[in-house]
Amino acid sequence: MKLVFFTLSRLAQLLPVLLGITFVAFFLLRVMPGDPATLMLGSRGTPEDIAALTRQLGLDRPLSAQYLSFLSDIARGSFGRSIAYKAQIGPLIGERLWPTLALVGFSTVLAVAMTVPLAMLTAVRRGGVLDHLVKIFFVVAMSMPGFWLGVLLILLFAIVIPIFPVSGYGDDFLTRLHHLVLPATIIALGTAALTIRSLRSSIVAVLGADYIDTARAKGMPERIVLWHHVFRNSLTSTISVLAVHTSWVVGGTVVIETVFGIPGLGSLLVSSISARDYPMVQGLTLTFAVLVVSINLLADVAYALVDPRVSLS
Amino acid sequence: MSQPIIKVDDLRVTFGHAPESVTVVDGVSFEIGEGEVFGLVGESGSGKSVTCRSLIQLFGGARPSSVTGRILFDGQDLAQLSPTDFVRIRGTRIAMIFQDPMTALNPTMRIGDQIQETLCRHDGLTTRQARLRAIDLLKAVGVTAPERRLDSYPHEFSGGMRQRVLIAIALACRPKLLIADEPTTALDVTVQDQILKLILRLRDETGMAVLFVTHDLGVVAQTCDRVGVMYAGRIMEMADTTQLFANPSHPYTRALLRALPAHGKRTGRLEPIGGAPPSLADPPKGCRFHPRCRDAVFDCTTVRPPLVTVAAGHTGACLRMEAVS
Amino acid sequence: MRPLVSDATRLRFARNGNLQFGLAMLSLLVLASVAGSALVPFDPLDIDFGQALQPPGWPHLFGTDDLGRDVLARVVASASVDMKVVSICVLLPFLIGSTIGLVSGYFGGWIDLIIMRFVDVLWAFPFYVLVISIVGALGPGTGNIYLAFSMVVWISFARIVRGEVLLARRLEYTQAVSVLGYSHARIMLRHVLPNVITPAIVFMMADVVLTILGVTSLGFLGLGIQPPTPEWGVMIAEGRNFIQDGWWISLFPGLAIVFVGITFSLIGDGLDDFLRPKP
Repeated sequence: MKLVFFTLSRLAQLLPVLLGITFVAFFLLRVMPGDPATLMLGSRGTPEDIAALTRQLGLDRPLSAQYLSFLSDIARGSFGRSIAYKAQIGPLIGERLWPTLALVGFSTVLAVAMTVPLAMLTAVRRGGVLDHLVKIFFVVAMSMPGFWLGVLLILLFAIVIPIFPVSGYGDDFLTRLHHLVLPATIIALGTAALTIRSLRSSIVAVLGADYIDTARAKGMPERIVLWHHVFRNSLTSTISVLAVHTSWVVGGTVVIETVFGIPGLGSLLVSSISARDYPMVQGLTLTFAVLVVSINLLADVAYALVDPRVSLS
Repeated sequence: MSQPIIKVDDLRVTFGHAPESVTVVDGVSFEIGEGEVFGLVGESGSGKSVTCRSLIQLFGGARPSSVTGRILFDGQDLAQLSPTDFVRIRGTRIAMIFQDPMTALNPTMRIGDQIQETLCRHDGLTTRQARLRAIDLLKAVGVTAPERRLDSYPHEFSGGMRQRVLIAIALACRPKLLIADEPTTALDVTVQDQILKLILRLRDETGMAVLFVTHDLGVVAQTCDRVGVMYAGRIMEMADTTQLFANPSHPYTRALLRALPAHGKRTGRLEPIGGAPPSLADPPKGCRFHPRCRDAVFDCTTVRPPLVTVAAGHTGACLRMEAVS
Repeated sequence: MRPLVSDATRLRFARNGNLQFGLAMLSLLVLASVAGSALVPFDPLDIDFGQALQPPGWPHLFGTDDLGRDVLARVVASASVDMKVVSICVLLPFLIGSTIGLVSGYFGGWIDLIIMRFVDVLWAFPFYVLVISIVGALGPGTGNIYLAFSMVVWISFARIVRGEVLLARRLEYTQAVSVLGYSHARIMLRHVLPNVITPAIVFMMADVVLTILGVTSLGFLGLGIQPPTPEWGVMIAEGRNFIQDGWWISLFPGLAIVFVGITFSLIGDGLDDFLRPKP
């Protein structure tokens, strides 16, 4: 009950940010130099086409009126009409949301699975061989473009040793998981490269804390000291470190989905940009931002659950 | 003194490797009898904390490069124990409480769990039994409404209450020796007094020995049966507390007492000790106190003074002990 | 006369392996960008169908692509293109963001409130989503890439500098100079800025790594620099279609990107140790 209340109050605090997000998503394409209808039609557009499109999208109305109708479209869940698909944007996005969520979720799980044990090991044996190797590995991993790694992994694991599908998305849970292994691993590598360092240093800080001395003085064996006392106290930093990089993970899906042909929001964004489908781009940028905010909200709640010092009321 | 529970003989603790090594504890010997409160007093950096941490081999972040000497505890040489065997000594037969109660409790664990954890592990109690025993323990250290407080987190307690909880944790398995490393330094004066009285009462009830580390001679006078004065990694003087205060024989002890406001005439001037403690990376030859000693002679700069008996149970490490006293 | 560089500084540099190694890698990169075309005996744009899809060997060390162009020549030529775009894409947000952060933190009040609320909102949008949308809307072209990165990345610098200004304002020296009656501009530039800019400079190195990934991603998606201009992302995209017959076309430009990333990671870590010595 307390938790529900906490979540709701956080949500209320987020309302101004959400309103701001609609504002940015709306004006992003309006403040660009040039007229949107002209930009959308590109070199193909005749003056008549441009005038027609301007009318169709209501671009001849005042900006404030356009923004208000954008808001009411959002409230009705339609997000306006797509030019390329000639359909309501809301349901189209809803359909594409799940593959992206699955990719984000899977890569977060993988990133945690890499980060936590490695951060723990390198923090406990800092200055050791493993510490240096992990550091070097992740400096390299951070510098690797995901799309390049994707191309190479497709060559290696889908063509030379065909154990993973080249692209696309399956029909049931297991085939989908199978399709997501390579892309999720790539995103997770990039994320872990960022998270492992911050988590390692916060574990080092926890290891030096007085209460760890207390636990050892109580005669707790090292295994319990590490996994019970150190781990639980660095869990909060794990959550905040992951939350900070959420936006990175979500953004990473855009390029990776395109490389692996996953029918998610990211590949939809890229194809809509190529098709100059601006209402769709607008709806998608908004969706991405809301996704990031929602994940951060989840992280807040998880943080409050783990750390008793955060008051739930 | 009764039968010694712990006997430390020529303890040396060195950090780092030559040529940059620093010997923080340099040939310290003392013993503590059953039920005795033994104080180690000295300025910060004198090696008193490292001395007591060597007894349970718990050094926090910085591990020493070598620890030598004998530590006979209950007939067993602790220096010979492997790290895994040491885990079995800690918490059960030797327990320790630390300086800052605000940071010494795990912030994400309920108080009850932190007490029960050690009971379940060492005494093999079930969670239910451990809970009942934890309530008894909290009652014994003076926490009111222990049944309720068991489910609280550390941040819901004041500093004094947290130190009481830490004492309860330390005493959970009835240790024979309690090491208290400046347990009241971080507390208000009134709370400090309560905690000292609590430790003494628990000593009376359980008969455990206490190694009490402090820089505060006032606390020593109030708490300790016997006291060792440490300076720059060595024990300068050791005596019964009353004897030490009445008849200090080492120039360093005297200097400390002259700097203590509660001692002697109220109208007397306080005298600070001139100079600063030496760097242990490059300690003075001979007696380590000689650069600050008003009674030093030439020999003091070359000869390490041996610990000699001044009176029964009273020893001192000064070449000019007779001349000075 | 006082030496230009103090002995302590020199010693700190001598002990800073990250910085030395990173700078050595950077000089290689600069050499490739400036004099690369003179070092490779092939023109990056010369098409030679007779030499198409040659594997790495002699004389084409990195092989050739589907049009018979020398991959090494193209990788080297891309260095000057990509490094110029990346430098501007990092410097512009650094200047804009640091200025906004400085003003926001220095004046505080409602200016600060409005700016920081705006930063919070922009923060919710993933970097790639914004950059791709903006460049996609404006159309390809380096000018549009600069605009997109400036609009998106300044928030990081603004946050960092503002946080430092808030810390510095509490220190006595800034309070002391404001008592002296100096103008706001003078206090900000002469007294506050030098004390708050270090973290932003350190972050700038990390930002180079993110930016090289962003710029080449745009090229890869066909939204950035356009063919036939040699560019690492574009080359990887071109090689993708021939991945089975010519893996080298995609491999080497990617390695070049990794090289840049490692270079600036090392310089970033090194600068952090060098400029903010820890006890």
